[in-house]
Amino acid sequence: MNNNFIVFLEQTDGKITKSSYEVLGAALDLSYKLNCSVEAIVIGKNFVFDESLRLKNLLKITHCKTSNKYLAPSEYANIISGHYSDLVNKDIFFANSSLGKDIAASLAARLDTGIITDCIELSIEEDSIIAVRPIFSGKILDKLKLKGESRIFNLRANNFSPPNKFGDKTEIIIKIIDSFISDFQLLEIIKASGKVDISEAEIIVSGGRGLKDTSNFSLIEELSKILNGAVGASRAVVDAGWRPHYEQIGQTGKTVSPNVYIAVGISGAIQHLAGMNSSKYIVAINKDADAPIFKIADYGIVGDALEILPKLIAELKSLKLKGI
Amino acid sequence: MKIAVCISQVPDTESNITISTDSKNLDLDELDYIINPYDEYALEEALKTKEIFNGEVIVISAGADKNKDALKKALAIGANKAVHLKTNESFDSLNLAKLLYEEIKTHQPVLVFFGKQSADYSNSVTGQITAQLLNYNLLSNVSNLEISENRIIAEREIDGWKEKVSTTFPAVITAEKGLNTPRYPSLKGIMTAKKKPFIEKVIENTLNCTERIELKRPKNKSAGKVAVNSDEGINGLISFLQNEVKIL
Ligand SMILES: Cc1cc2nc3c(=O)[nH]c(=O)nc-3n(C[C@H](O)[C@H](O)[C@H](O)COP(=O)(O)OP(=O)(O)OC[C@H]3O[C@@H](n4cnc5c(N)ncnc54)[C@H](O)[C@@H]3O)c2cc1C
Ligand SMILES: Nc1ncnc2c1ncn2[C@@H]1O[C@H](COP(=O)(O)O)[C@@H](O)[C@H]1O
Repeated sequence: MNNNFIVFLEQTDGKITKSSYEVLGAALDLSYKLNCSVEAIVIGKNFVFDESLRLKNLLKITHCKTSNKYLAPSEYANIISGHYSDLVNKDIFFANSSLGKDIAASLAARLDTGIITDCIELSIEEDSIIAVRPIFSGKILDKLKLKGESRIFNLRANNFSPPNKFGDKTEIIIKIIDSFISDFQLLEIIKASGKVDISEAEIIVSGGRGLKDTSNFSLIEELSKILNGAVGASRAVVDAGWRPHYEQIGQTGKTVSPNVYIAVGISGAIQHLAGMNSSKYIVAINKDADAPIFKIADYGIVGDALEILPKLIAELKSLKLKGI
Repeated sequence: MKIAVCISQVPDTESNITISTDSKNLDLDELDYIINPYDEYALEEALKTKEIFNGEVIVISAGADKNKDALKKALAIGANKAVHLKTNESFDSLNLAKLLYEEIKTHQPVLVFFGKQSADYSNSVTGQITAQLLNYNLLSNVSNLEISENRIIAEREIDGWKEKVSTTFPAVITAEKGLNTPRYPSLKGIMTAKKKPFIEKVIENTLNCTERIELKRPKNKSAGKVAVNSDEGINGLISFLQNEVKIL
């Protein structure tokens, strides 16, 4: 059992993020095939352990408890490389989140290790890990492997299954990290309005210029709330100032792969598709039957969004009342 | 204030890209190329900062001859000096960052700008790796920047929210959309660009950490059902969400 894996578990308010739980699932899956073991590391003030983290092949979870309120990515990387003395022959897995990429990059530089970001598939061929990642705005898939003694991977959200083999051997270790002087200072956190983080969301309801006016986005918000999803937007409406940039999906916005992507009043320009064409199911509502979005939609409705959305919302509400 | 900006030249998004018959290479000739959109924000912010604090902006690009066009345009827009690290090989993000680091360190800039992501390979880590190699403070995905004599305040776009942080020089900044509105080259700019220093360095034997196995196209999504009557469509959509997607 050599070639051990390390998984960085990202947390918010002490809870492991959905995408890093998926990363853990993917690393464990590979570990069953390669017969190696997995360790996980969590960094932060709080971490709430729960039984869903007792998993087959997961030897231990180290919680590095810090007293600094804010950590910069390089400070996370310091803690990780300070904790493991033998990182040079390990494979390290991260979520493809902003923080995950920043830390992974910092470690790649320190360890002189190759890194593959935005993996959507991992497999084993001849005892090596093979990754697939989209390039050229998702037009091409690049299948590749990393040479060298160790490797770093960042895994895209919603592309890997969470762990499913539970075990009872997982050890939990708490390590106290002394507070240190930082070059960084957190001044403010500006939260998004919705509850669901768009890059992890299972369902995204996205609106475009077809909504006609910023006020009509209340319909998009309401639909996403009923479906417990997040709100997305096209660049046209972000540029118009109707929606904040962090909601923009596409080449110059976020890349998402939710279970369902509902595009309302969005034409489906190639730059928009670049951010969402790997969604599992795509639904389109557009009054123009020739809109390119219909070419990739699994279900489409041709019609006026401002008429369809209120009716759809009312139907879904009555279904909820009936408890379906 | 000495500022470096790393820029790349990428195919226009509308381009059709074909895979070679051996499935290992892409046919990238004959395409229209543009400066990577995020790198335009990076360059603009570098120029704005230079205008306030004086100093010079050095633009650096690694790659084939086509990258010269990006550098020339950057000089026309207002950069002072360009460095072309000429190579026909492609490299993974670690080795690209090492190459850029070797060049950047000879200039000792206090600020280095990158785009957040390239439109071709989208590794989204080149700036971050370079920051660590340089041992500079890193601010990634920056959508608003305030620079004073001895501190940098940045708004950073994280996954579903924003944070405002401050740090000290020297620093690497990766530019997010919204940072500024990039300017266009002026006629005067284009004329004076020809007189600005343009350094070409031939890079041999770049290392590569990755081994390509295959390039392929994603499975083509075929169009599904499209309803033209709104009421039918609403009912159809609900049963689609119930029976196929299984989320209701
Ligand atoms: C370098 C570059 C990067 C870009 N990056 C992005 C990006 O990241 N994300 C992005 O989204 N775009 C991006 N774009 C812009 C992209 O090309 C499109 O311009 C943009 O996506 C269009 O937004 P839209 O679909 O909301 O608007 P439009 O293209 O104007 O489409 C509006 C749609 O609404 C429909 N409609 C109108 N009224 C109604 C109604 N009452 N009910 C139903 N439907 C209606 C219309 O039929 C039309 O199809 C980029 C462009 C470039 C050049
Ligand atoms: N060939 C290159 N030469 C110079 N800078 C580059 C090159 N490729 C990428 N970059 C820079 O690194 C950023 C991120 O690219 P990437 O990590 O590939 O997504 C880009 O926005 C550029 O600023």
